[in-house]
Amino acid sequence: MSVLVYTESENNTYKKVAFEAVSYAKGIAEMLGTLVTAVAVNGGDSSQLGKYGADKVLEVSNEAYNKFNAETYASIVAEAAKQESANVVVLTSSANSKFMAPLVAVNLEAGYVANVTELPESTSPFKVTHSVFTNKAFASTEIKTDVKIIGLAKNAYGLKENQAAAAAETYTPNISENNGVEVVSVDKATDKVTIADAEIVVSGGRGLKGPENWGMIEELAETLGAATACSKPVSDMGWRPHSEHVGQTGKPVASNLYIAIGISGAIQHLAGINASKVKVVINTDEEAPFFKAADYGIVGDAFEFVPQLNEKLKAFKAQNA
Amino acid sequence: MKILVCISHVPDTTSKINFTDGDTKFDTNGVQFVINPNDEFGLTRAMWFKEKQGAQVHVVNVGGPETEPTLRKALAIGADEAIRINTPATDGFSVAKQLAAVVKEGGYDLVIGGRESIDYNGGMVPGMVAKIIGANFVNTCISLEIEGTDATAIREIDGGKETVKTALPLVVGGQKGLVEESDLRIPNMRGIMQARSKPLTVKDPVDANAETTAVSFKKPAPKGAVKLVDNVDDLIDLLHNEAKVI
Ligand SMILES: Cc1cc2nc3c(=O)[nH]c(=O)nc-3n(C[C@H](O)[C@H](O)[C@H](O)COP(=O)(O)OP(=O)(O)OC[C@H]3O[C@@H](n4cnc5c(N)ncnc54)[C@H](O)[C@@H]3O)c2cc1C
Ligand SMILES: Nc1ncnc2c1ncn2[C@@H]1O[C@H](COP(=O)(O)O)[C@@H](O)[C@H]1O
Repeated sequence: MSVLVYTESENNTYKKVAFEAVSYAKGIAEMLGTLVTAVAVNGGDSSQLGKYGADKVLEVSNEAYNKFNAETYASIVAEAAKQESANVVVLTSSANSKFMAPLVAVNLEAGYVANVTELPESTSPFKVTHSVFTNKAFASTEIKTDVKIIGLAKNAYGLKENQAAAAAETYTPNISENNGVEVVSVDKATDKVTIADAEIVVSGGRGLKGPENWGMIEELAETLGAATACSKPVSDMGWRPHSEHVGQTGKPVASNLYIAIGISGAIQHLAGINASKVKVVINTDEEAPFFKAADYGIVGDAFEFVPQLNEKLKAFKAQNA
Repeated sequence: MKILVCISHVPDTTSKINFTDGDTKFDTNGVQFVINPNDEFGLTRAMWFKEKQGAQVHVVNVGGPETEPTLRKALAIGADEAIRINTPATDGFSVAKQLAAVVKEGGYDLVIGGRESIDYNGGMVPGMVAKIIGANFVNTCISLEIEGTDATAIREIDGGKETVKTALPLVVGGQKGLVEESDLRIPNMRGIMQARSKPLTVKDPVDANAETTAVSFKKPAPKGAVKLVDNVDDLIDLLHNEAKVI
């Protein structure tokens, strides 16, 4: 018996979601009275995983796995789960994790629940809470198979320190090569924070009038170390790239802080960003529905308040650095 | 090329979400059901393959008789045939097993599903189908070209996109980008009339146990009122000292 957790990394550095997943895995392991094994593919400094409760780390290092391949990564996780007799496998909500999760589930004949927000309500029966209807509700779902796969929602459980040994072991999974899907090129801005990883997201809507006005949005994002995002019509009109479109039919946002500028707060927009912890709205219309969903707001003109906010934040950052 | 588009029947995006029977069931009262938006992008791409490359397009849903209007809408948009597997869609794994059986029986080359359904947001059915039938799988697919049995797809990744080469048989989890919003088709009168006489076959399910069961639902706790400020100094102060997010 054990809890297996897949720990994601990029350029040999663990991502924050990896620490969150380990924290969560440790929580389940304590409920079950068992240990946490992490599995990492070309990962980072594994002692970092110990801080959040990894008892053991299976380290796979192989250049052939540098590019993510869902089938290969799923096989690695499934093999590790079998070797460790894992009864729970913890994955995350990153694009890669969501890609491989169904493959792991079929491989292990395991029930899989995505977007899990809390520790299991009970472990026998094994019941987990997860968000459904794009954050408009939560479901409590029983997983009935021997092995359970959990897709942890982003930024829901948080980081919990819980020192463990993180005993590193070289792991060479016995998997057959699969070249069915071959990556030919990757197009990724390396100097920008992604919406998926960002702690803060600055988002602009149709209220900004045109693409030429995004300079102040980008400046504010830079001051805050934030990712930039936009509402659907803004990407549909080509003011901003599709990759920035957030909401029910776009990317989900689960940041600590979401700043919505010139966005009305349509139900489809809110659904996608509701998992964010703190929401700030700047909008000229005090009747805009977004104010009902927000924590803080300024009823006012973006063209006046956004540059001011940026200047004051720069001063604040300089003082608090 | 034979294409199967998996259609999930979901509440319209504007629906109010409520539950009945002691919070154990989704309340369908007054709810308008639609083709899952991600699936509609896939269906529209399938129509392109039909018109430009002579593909045959079938649509399938796993669900009760109440989903038939949604399948008829897919026929009105232009699919050639519809299949309904007559069993309630309870969990992703059992739905995937039903769909895998349809794919095997029908000999489909390409299966298009959505990245996720907007009701249960499982994001699992297409991947499971691919793994069960041993086909290639590309998720969060935003572009798809097929030449013979070769396929080139672009997939959205965190922070960007990547281009992949793969081959049929293939399953994709699609989303906006497969076609643009402006390419989506509203069924016209002629399409709706034709849809009435297109085949909609109801099939019995294969054996598949549910591996997960939703036992109850709840809505998020109501939100406190917004705090309005009229200057950025107060906002920064609140974000720093109260919310502690900067
Ligand atoms: C099936 C479906 C799916 C959808 N999915 C999504 C989705 O995923 N994401 C999404 O965002 N939308 C989605 N939508 C669209 C959604 O319904 C709204 O149309 C959209 O979110 C509105 O975008 P907006 O807030 O930028 O624009 P608007 O609704 O036009 O709002 C602009 C706001 O800017 C304010 N404003 C104007 N001038 C200023 C100024 N100078 N300073 C400050 N504020 C100003 C206005 O008061 C207004 O509130 C979907 C719709 C459908 C039907
Ligand atoms: N009951 C169903 N019938 C047919 N296709 C489905 C069904 N449920 C899910 N799908 C397909 O699988 C995709 C992902 O759904 P899900 O895994 O439920 O998020 C959907 O976009 C559909 O293409």
